[in-house]
Formats: sequence, C-alpha cells, structure tokens
Amino acid sequence: MVPATITNVFSLTVVLFLTAVIVFFIGKSYIVSLSQSQGMRPHSLRHYYGIYAAAWTFIPAIIVLLMWTALTQPVIARLSQSLLLDAYPDMNSAMLQLRLAQLQNISTGLIVAPDDTMRLIADAHAELRTYANDLKFVISLLVAFAGAGFAIRQIKPEQKARIKWEGFLRRLFFVAAAVAILTTIGIVSSLLFESIRFFSQYSMIDFFFGTHWSPLKAFSSSGGQSEIDGVVQGSFGMLPVMAGTLLVAFIAMLVAVPIGLFAAIYMAEFASERTRNIVKPTLEVLAGVPTVVYGFFAALTVGPFIRDLGFFAGMDISAQSALAAGGVMGIMIIPFISSLSDDVITAVPRSLRDGALGIGSTRGEMITKVVLPAAFPGLTGAFLLGISRAIGETMIVVMAAGVSAQLTANPLDSVTTVTVQIVMLLTGDTEFDSLKTLSAFALGITLFVVTLMLNVVALSVSRRAGGRY
Amino acid sequence: MSWPCPYLGVQEAVISNPIKDMSADERLHLISVSLNKRHRKEKQLKLAGLAAITLAIGFLVVLMTNIFSNGYTALLQSEVRIDINVPKAEILGADGAIDIQKSQAFNWNGLVKKSFRAGFPDVKGMSDRRMLNDLVSENAGYELRQAIEKDPSLIDQSSFWVKTSDDVDMLLKGRIKTTLPEKLRRIKDSQLVWINQLEQKNDLRKVFNTAFFTNADSREPESAGILGAIVGSAMVLMITIIIALPLAVMAAIYLEYFAPPGRLTDFIEVNINNLASVPSIVFGLLGLAIFLGFFNMPRSAPLVGGMVLALMTLPTIIIATRASIRAVPTSIRDAALGVGASRMQAALDHVLPLAAPGILTGTIIGIAQALGETAPLIMIGMVAFIVDVPTSVTDPATALPVQIFIWSDSAERAFYERSSLAIMVLLIFLISMNLLAVFLRKRFEKRW
Repeated sequence: MVPATITNVFSLTVVLFLTAVIVFFIGKSYIVSLSQSQGMRPHSLRHYYGIYAAAWTFIPAIIVLLMWTALTQPVIARLSQSLLLDAYPDMNSAMLQLRLAQLQNISTGLIVAPDDTMRLIADAHAELRTYANDLKFVISLLVAFAGAGFAIRQIKPEQKARIKWEGFLRRLFFVAAAVAILTTIGIVSSLLFESIRFFSQYSMIDFFFGTHWSPLKAFSSSGGQSEIDGVVQGSFGMLPVMAGTLLVAFIAMLVAVPIGLFAAIYMAEFASERTRNIVKPTLEVLAGVPTVVYGFFAALTVGPFIRDLGFFAGMDISAQSALAAGGVMGIMIIPFISSLSDDVITAVPRSLRDGALGIGSTRGEMITKVVLPAAFPGLTGAFLLGISRAIGETMIVVMAAGVSAQLTANPLDSVTTVTVQIVMLLTGDTEFDSLKTLSAFALGITLFVVTLMLNVVALSVSRRAGGRY
Repeated sequence: MSWPCPYLGVQEAVISNPIKDMSADERLHLISVSLNKRHRKEKQLKLAGLAAITLAIGFLVVLMTNIFSNGYTALLQSEVRIDINVPKAEILGADGAIDIQKSQAFNWNGLVKKSFRAGFPDVKGMSDRRMLNDLVSENAGYELRQAIEKDPSLIDQSSFWVKTSDDVDMLLKGRIKTTLPEKLRRIKDSQLVWINQLEQKNDLRKVFNTAFFTNADSREPESAGILGAIVGSAMVLMITIIIALPLAVMAAIYLEYFAPPGRLTDFIEVNINNLASVPSIVFGLLGLAIFLGFFNMPRSAPLVGGMVLALMTLPTIIIATRASIRAVPTSIRDAALGVGASRMQAALDHVLPLAAPGILTGTIIGIAQALGETAPLIMIGMVAFIVDVPTSVTDPATALPVQIFIWSDSAERAFYERSSLAIMVLLIFLISMNLLAVFLRKRFEKRW
C-alpha cells in the first residue's frame, strides 16, 4: 500500500513534475552525447529535446491521473451503493443518501460504525479506495515512464524537436482560446436542456404569459394550484417576476442615469486634470465594492430607513421594497454609466466642439446642443448595458427586494426578480427532476437571452455611432 | 428672410428688424441680458455635474461610515468573570493528567452555569434561573474545556473569564436600547439588574474578539468567526488563478499572434466579449448543471467554486492580457523574428516577459472581482452552514462574501455587527489587492 500523502492528486502532480524535470536533463544530455558521437549538429537547440522528452513524460501522465481521479469516485460510489442495497434491501432514497454519507465518514475515521454490517461495508469501501489509490499511483507513474521512454528513443540529431513542441503549443493555445466557445456552449446547452425538460411538463404559454407565480406552493396542500397526474404543482407564470425585475431595473436606472451622466459631463468637459485624477478612482471604488456589500446596505440600512420614513408618513411599507433594492442598485451602476458615458463623450471629435465654440456658443451650449446629440447613440448603448447589468444583478435583490411575486408598479411594494427566484428555487434541494428546480433553468435561459439581446443591441447602437464622424 | 434664433433667447425673433431699430445701448443691454442667461445655463449644467459627483461620493462615504460604525464594535467581545472550582476528580485520570474521555463526558456547561448562578444566591425559580443562565454564552462550557485541555495548569485557577451571551454583549455595546418597553427588548428588566450587579463587582470586561479571526462559523454569534470563510475564499481564488491565468495567457497569445483571420477566430472573439457581460448567476447555473449535475463533483467544494469563477473571470483576464501584449512595441517582436527566432520563440521569450507586469495587473483585478462574487458560489451550494475550517479543496466550505450573506440573514443583532466587520475585512483584502495592482503598474510600467 502506498501512503495516502503521496497518492493525493496534488502530491502526485508534484511527483510527476519532478520526474519530468529529471527527464528534461536526461533528454538534454542525451542529445549532446548523440550529436557528439554521430558528429552531427542537432536540428533544434538542445533544450528543446529536453522539453520534448519532459512533455511526453508529464502531459499524458497528468491527463491519465486527472481522468482516473474523476472517474473512480463515481465508480466507487456506485459499488458501495450496491453493497448497501444488498445489505439493507428496503431502503428509501433519503436513507440511502444518509448511509452513503455515513459510510464516507466511517471510512475516513470520523465516526465509529453503528453496527457490524456497516462496518463490513465500510471496510470494503475503504479497501476499494485504497486499491483505487494504489492503482492510480502505479498507473500514472507507468504512463510517465512509458512516455519518457518513447520520447527518449525518438531523440536523434535530425529530429525536429522544436517544430514538434511548437506545433503542440500552438494546438494547446487554440484549445485555450476555444474554452470561451466551450463555456458558451456549456451555458446554452445546460440552460436549454433543463428548460426543455421544464417545458415538456409545463406549457410555454403559461410560463411566459401567466400572471401567477408561486412555485413553492408545490409543498403545501392549500388551494389554488393545478393538479397534473395527481401531483400537486405550483404555478409558474413568469409575468409578475419579469415585472418586478423591470421595476427594480427602472428604479436603478432612474438613480444611475442622471447622476452618472451629469458626473460624466462634468468630468469630460469642466473638470481640471487634478479633479479628474481624484474623482475617477474614487468612483471606481464604488464599482469595486462587492454586490453583497450593497445588498447588506440595502437590506439592513436603506430598507428599514424607508420603512421608518413611511411609518412617520403614515404609510405601511415593508422593509423589503423595490425602492430600496433599486435605489442601492442604482448607486452600484453609477460608476458603470459614468465611465462608459465619459468615454463616449470624450470620443466626440474636437472639430465638432471647435465648430460650436467658433460660432459663439458657450461651453454649456456646445455640450447640450452639439456634443450630447453627437454622443447620443453611444450613450444609449451605455444605458442599455446598464439595464442589462441591473437585470442580471443578484445579491442586492436577493437580500433587499423580497420573494413574493406580485404584478405591481408601486416602488414601495415588495417585488421579486428573476435572479431572486433562481436563487430561491435552487438553494436547498437539488433534485434535478422536480418542476421547481427545472423552472429556475427556464428563468435562467430567459435571463441569459434578455441580457444577451440587450448587449448585442447596445453594441450595434454604439457601433453605428462610431461611423458617423 | 427670418429664422429662429435660439441664441437671443427669443423663440421666433427676426434678426433683421428689431435689432436694426434699436439704439446701441439697447442692443448692448439685450445682448448682456441674453448672455447672462446663457452663462447661467452653463453654470447650472456645471453645478448639476458637481452635484452628481458629490452625490456619488456622498453615497460612498455613507456606505463606508455605515459599515464601519456598525462593524467596529465586533472587534471587542464581552466577558464575565465567574468563580469556578473545577472538580479535579471527575477530569483527571489516575496519572494526574487530564483524561480526555472523562473530560468529554463531564458536563462543562452545567459547571459554568452552576458556578455563575452561585454568584446570585437569591435568584430562585425555574424561569428566573433560566434567564440568569441566558447571560452566559451557550458555548462557555465547551470553550472552558478547550482551554483547560490545552493548558492543564489552569485547572487550579479559581476564577475564569468566560464569554457572555450575544444579548449581553449587544447591551454592553449600547446596541440594545434600555428605553424600549420590556417586551420589545431581548434583555429583560430582571436581567438588567443582574448585569448591573456584575458591573459593580467589576466582573464584566471587553476584550479583543480573537474568536472572530480564529474560528469558523457557529450558531452562537460570540463564537462565530471568519477563518473558515477566509480559507475557503483563498482556496477558491487559488483554483481560479491556477485555471484562469494559464488559459487566459495562452488564449491571448493565440488570438494576438497565431489565429488565422476567419470565421472561427471572429466567433471566438465574439464569445469572449459576450461572456464578459453574462450575469454572474448564469455561470452559477452552468456550474450547477454541468460540474455538479453532469460530472458529479462534490457540492459546496472550493474546487467547483474556483472552476466556476475561473470561467467567469477568464474573459476579463484575456482582454487585459491582450491589451498588455499589444502595448509591447512591434519592434521587439520584429527584432526577434529578424535574428531568426521562430514566431513562438518571439512570442514566448521576447514579448511575454515584457507584457508580464500588465498581465499580472489585469489578473489581480480579475481575481479581486472574483473575490467579491457571491451569486455563483451560492448556486453551487457554498452557502451551507459549515463549522470546520476546510482542509482540502474538495471539503465543503464557504467563502467570505457568502459568509457575509449568511450572517446578514440571521436574526441575531450580534450577527449584524459581525457581518459588518466581515465586510470590512473583505474590503481590506480588495483594497490591498487593487493597491498591489496599482503599485505593480507604477513600478514596472514602461513607456516605449
């Protein structure tokens, strides 16, 4: 048995790396001696032969190691699950999960086995894991040595080690760049796959145009839900959720656009270099504050403040209101709007300004009548990006907006948003087949499509502006 | 001919006639009036801009003061002195050393509470005694046991400082208003009397809250700390860097130097730019469906959190890397190619080292962004209540921003204070990361 300190992935990686370093020096000195004995200059610089051999040692072995690690876990889990099922024939799935967790804890020595059957299974489980670990160690080292042997046998002066290595690197770099595509595919396919499962059980029209959203009703037995196949279901009409999202985003833009725009105008047109150098980084601090901090501020300071204000005015406002969430979200978006607008405003060509000033307009008139109209498409793009950001923002609304879906335009009401519902539906239980969790993915793809469209429109609007001058 | 002339402040003025008919004085007057008006408008615009900036900075100041004024008190923790006689016979083994099994079986909490009640001999009755008990932390017995097991010589000590409950702590820090009617207070009138007695005997003190920096989460605010969350965050960021930095550098070099112009390259670029503006929660959904659902990776693990955040920060770092590669003058590359270096050698051996400071700066900024990210981590289950400091990247863990989220959801007033302090810690990390980035940029920036 190989000690566990060596068989964990990290130390095995180190072992493989050290082996590769040794192979590097072997390859390097090997080509030197070969070229001397054959009296032939090698094609590449000699360290490339070392790299070539080291790469053959390290890369296949590390791939095997990672795949082995990823694959053995589920296999062992499956095996011990069947062992458990044999020992305890009538077990429900919750009990099985419990036993599996117990097994894990027994075999790592955290708890003592409650009975003999469990102990036997735990021993088998532990043995299996040791066996898999030993095998992992042996196999990855074998692969490393095989790779090293193969590469060193290939080394000869006329071999083009550098070309091969660079070709490999180029392919590797392409794969790295393609990760962006893979990520997009991953996002789209995961959202789409789960959404299709949702829409196979729930009507698309009811989802997009329904006005009643109460997914958690699925657990209560109170009235007001439809029954499909005898299963009590919640209702998933997205309109109130979307309305809440838009209301919060609207309030946020109401705060962010005037402040951000006027700040940008001042910075681009009036401020001295010194003021710019102080104010710009300060505003960027506002952008760097994590959203959970804004959420904290909104939920525990602004929300209660608005509630107390309403209390004095004789109104009954809940501490979770669209106003609190939207207002604080607006503060978060100010630096975003101001820096984008600043860029757009400074991009307006000098000639337009000079022309306006030359016919006798004041700086103010130049800004309002020439610069801003010229910058208008770019500004629109910036605002659209701001809206997209407001719609996708999660933590502020999760902490400050509320969870009850209602169709309202009153900013003092508590509303809910798409992101809040996704978080609500997916924290806690993760059974992938319940309609409740699937609906979160349907919301997710809606969110993804809406923000993507806003971004695309924003980009094309501001691109069109670029061609005008 | 007539046309509207906005600059005279008259809507439909006809330029030719009225002015011609005027005397020079009248004309000058008209011009100065309209000029005044126009300048006033300009001033208004300027003032609006100033007001906007002041407002924005004002928000920042309010936000920071709010968090600081709520959080700084969490640096201190109230303690109460209790005379405790530890019954040695029930804890020590035959050899005079502490017998761990005996110590485990011993009712430490009962001992602490009993000793505490001994200070108030005239308190009788079940409910009064329970209210008295509530003044001392629920974890006091456990912590006493830990202290004695660590340093057995303490066993001879006759009085110990133990933590008060969070309610007493809040009262002593002035966070509970005694002017409120008794029903609305968590500290009742009788408890106030006892606390006063303790204060008069000098049996209360406030000490530095070490538990906050050395413990993981706990149900009791007085023993809850952020160490677990900080370690979790560090692990997440480590995974993020290990995955995102090499991928980003390789992708950037490919796109700058090797990508053949064409559809595929364009598609990659579009994807990178779009991913940069995808809401972070969508990356959480990706992690949940693919990493947890499809690949069966462990839930709540920093490994998965780091992978999700790596995918999220990848576009940011790629864009920053490309910018700093482009900032290196082409003459460097041309010279390398000119003396016979291959394209790969020119990129890796000549351009990359010069671009490294810029890449590092971009990476730090991307990582700082990842450190503050909460939503994707919640999606993959890092929001669980975890009392242990994680020891490996597959252990269940939480992260600093998620810990803030969990605490600000709790009912106890003391958690409110602690989440403010945790925010301060998070902000300190973020600020130092950004300062490091600024420093690196200043120190290594080259003007070509």
